[in-house]
Amino acid sequence: MTEYVVLGAILFTIGCVGVLVRRNAIVVFMCVELMLNACNLTLVAFARQHGNLDGQIAAFFVMVVAAAEVVVGLAIIMTIFRTRRSASVDDASLLKY
Amino acid sequence: MTFWILAPIMVAAALGLLVVRKAVHAALLLAVVMISLAVLYAVLEAPFLFAVQIIVYTGAILMLFLFVLMLVGVDASDSVVETIKGQRLLAGVSGLLLGVLLITSLTQTTLGATVGLAEANAEGNIQGIANILFSRWVFAFEVTSALLITAAVGAMVLAHRERLTPRETQPAMAARRIRDFGERGAHPGPLPPPGVFARSNAVDTAALLPDGTPAESSVSRVLAARGTVRSAPASDVDDLVRQVKGHQPHAARHADRAQDNTQGGAPQ
Repeated sequence: MTEYVVLGAILFTIGCVGVLVRRNAIVVFMCVELMLNACNLTLVAFARQHGNLDGQIAAFFVMVVAAAEVVVGLAIIMTIFRTRRSASVDDASLLKY
Repeated sequence: MTFWILAPIMVAAALGLLVVRKAVHAALLLAVVMISLAVLYAVLEAPFLFAVQIIVYTGAILMLFLFVLMLVGVDASDSVVETIKGQRLLAGVSGLLLGVLLITSLTQTTLGATVGLAEANAEGNIQGIANILFSRWVFAFEVTSALLITAAVGAMVLAHRERLTPRETQPAMAARRIRDFGERGAHPGPLPPPGVFARSNAVDTAALLPDGTPAESSVSRVLAARGTVRSAPASDVDDLVRQVKGHQPHAARHADRAQDNTQGGAPQ
């Protein structure tokens, strides 16, 4: 089972670095999805490890929340793009000044 | 066995997510990761999540990403300029540290014998999940419906745009076209289709005008923004100009005039 959990950890780390490095808001969002997926893999692996289905239920709820999050997040990106003509996270920095 | 085939593919695709320039490529790499994850769920005795992963994640969420990419960023590629000095390096180092920390701590724990889901899945995986979902987790399940309806309403509110100017009607559009024709000489008819008079009729090849120059208005604005417009090969254009000059004096006059403008030579 350890190999599945380690794979989840690697994917989660890559997702983290992606959120820090990428500039395009949509790609940043994809990296967040990657992190959620990595957690799901860990949950499902531990469900098998412990022999009950609670982990799979948790993964199912994570998927539902991810779907809702993507809908709202992409709508926000669309709204920002409409006013600024850009999907780069660097351009939405007005609060800094 | 399946794991050792899929794991390198997934890690490579995820690493590709960090380096590809175009957002569409990132979405496709994410699709690779998600479908491989679905297969891993099947291996981990979770057939229900296998189906849900493909239907909800790859089918719905990733398609939503692609929709928004088509709406927002056909020409969106990441800038490579660092706005914070040394950010990439620091992000890489901290990511490496996090990865090393997670992996060493995980490999040093002993998880014990794997119980396996044969007992829990005795009545079938979906029946087992339904039993727990609608008894112990039923409140969370009901709250989820509130979350989903909030998300749907939120998306509608965010995407809604008040119409500030009256809608342009067809008569107004026709009047504008004729006015543009009168003032600037803009062509009032439909735009030329791509590939007309060119050697290729592909949509990304500009049509050739009678004097052999490509008509920029004949290819889609989106293709021009992506930078994927192919010009007809220069030798083909020359061939065409030569043919036009040889056989059709009317069209050749256009070509000559174009040459006069550039070279200032006398008409042939």
